Amino acid sequence: MGMTLTEKILAAHCGLDRVRPGDLVNAKIDIALGNDITAPIAIDEFKKSGAKEVFDLERVVLVLDHFVPNKDIKSATQCKVVRDFAREQGIVHFFDSGEMGIEHALLPEKGLVLPGDLIIGADSHTCTYGALGAFSSGVGSTDLAAAMITGELWFKVPETIKFIYNGKLNPWVGGKDLILYTIGDIGVDGALYKAMEFSGPVITALDMAGRLTMTNMAAEAGAKNGIIEPDAVTEDYVKTRAKRKYNLLKADPDAQYAEVREYDVSGIEPQVAFPHLPENTRGISRVGDISIDQVIIGSCTNGRIEDLTLAAKVIKGKKVHKKVRLIVIPATTAIYRAALDQGLFEIFLDAGAFISPPTCGPCLGGYMGILAKGERAVSTTNRNFVGRMGHTESEVYLANPAVAAASAVAGKISGPEAVI
Amino acid sequence: MKVTGKVWKFGDDVDTDQILPARYLNTSDPEELAQHCMEDADPGFAGKVAESDIIVAGKYFGCGSSREHAPIAIKAAKVSCVIAKNFARIFYRNSFNTGLPILECDSTDRFNTGDTLTVDFQTGEITHHETGNTYSTRPIPPFMQELLDSGGLMKHIAKKIR
Repeated sequence: MGMTLTEKILAAHCGLDRVRPGDLVNAKIDIALGNDITAPIAIDEFKKSGAKEVFDLERVVLVLDHFVPNKDIKSATQCKVVRDFAREQGIVHFFDSGEMGIEHALLPEKGLVLPGDLIIGADSHTCTYGALGAFSSGVGSTDLAAAMITGELWFKVPETIKFIYNGKLNPWVGGKDLILYTIGDIGVDGALYKAMEFSGPVITALDMAGRLTMTNMAAEAGAKNGIIEPDAVTEDYVKTRAKRKYNLLKADPDAQYAEVREYDVSGIEPQVAFPHLPENTRGISRVGDISIDQVIIGSCTNGRIEDLTLAAKVIKGKKVHKKVRLIVIPATTAIYRAALDQGLFEIFLDAGAFISPPTCGPCLGGYMGILAKGERAVSTTNRNFVGRMGHTESEVYLANPAVAAASAVAGKISGPEAVI
Repeated sequence: MKVTGKVWKFGDDVDTDQILPARYLNTSDPEELAQHCMEDADPGFAGKVAESDIIVAGKYFGCGSSREHAPIAIKAAKVSCVIAKNFARIFYRNSFNTGLPILECDSTDRFNTGDTLTVDFQTGEITHHETGNTYSTRPIPPFMQELLDSGGLMKHIAKKIR
């Protein structure tokens, strides 16, 4: 009996020929990631432990992205803890202001996470890197501290659920809609403790941006990791970015899956997740009349250049509704520059949008677009929990960038076809 | 070790944004975090909760963000343990790593706010004072018990620290 891709990567990182779901393994870490919210606790644990140096200066990655540019004195103090630590240690991949970006958009873009890698990050959306054919999982700050010191961490080998997507995608349907639809199907704990493997002809045809969106939201189904078998799209994406060797592993043909679920995507329209859980999904035609106050286009889920291009295509030549605040957040400095060079900023500015530097800010209700009591937002982000973007009586509706842009123009939740 | 405390009851899918809202993530000071514990699920919680009290919830407690601030806030609020039908995976790891006792029990629907429970951490048995009934919890996996016995993850890896 063979191994799934997730099992193969875990086995390769703990020196075993094979592992089985349920096995407890101590595995070597290729990349350990922290940010300005989670790294300060990890750094405190690191120092309290008496450790002097991180296990590898090139394999600990620190990104200041949540409350950066510093939103207040306390955030500035937390960032300073990380800045000082990065400098003291000589961390090679430390990203601040001029070269920063939202971590899960930034690390693939920089070629720091690669196929076959085992990656942990003190951020729940670390599962994003599975789109590259890596095992990648979110952990907490103390786990990050242990990984920074030893270069290893314990894992329980997860069972894998395989999702196969067949058929032809409808217009304006992409990775965001596929993952929202899937979460709507299995629920927010439908893959709890498990690996989600996305496959089938639709995934093979999906670009890397769409794949990263899908694996990003594996966390919203409770999964330990999301993963996609590396193929030509993967190789094309990593070959010019990678500065070290990578391993294009594939699942064995006789690998065992906990479950296999198949979808015919020709029946899937753009999806909207209603408050207050990502599983509350509906097709755009079943949304009804919901007026909105704010639209966010950005985040680790949908802040890549492909997402901004799609939104710009919908909004070009139109005006944002006078009651709506549209905030566009390119996810990294490189994406910001590309959007500028490609004329996307002109389209957004002409429409009346506000353009923010890269930050996680509003996605988690940090800053840069907080909702008041009773306000509603359409957002390309990943969570719509109670109070996620501000007041506990505000509401967040999750959607793809085209739906978000169309909604900004219409002043209510709308599909692109309603405004084009 | 046994603890006895009053129940504070919550529902299913309580996420870490409700346990410790992101607007307070600009600090990691346990005492400060304790003041905002469970704030977006029950705004007055931090002012009402007493030492040894027990948080009881439905399924999938602690879903969402990886923030360790969530179990830190609960522990610093002097809650003795959290009992839920099951836990989100990062919250589960974080609780063991930070020393917050958590127990999985299928019968949490039987407990209500204001009830008194006694929890025996050795046997995993819960006694419901109102009815006298006892309930079992899922045994803690041996490795997790080893982590707890070592005093948390950092103590567990201490021999590897250079």
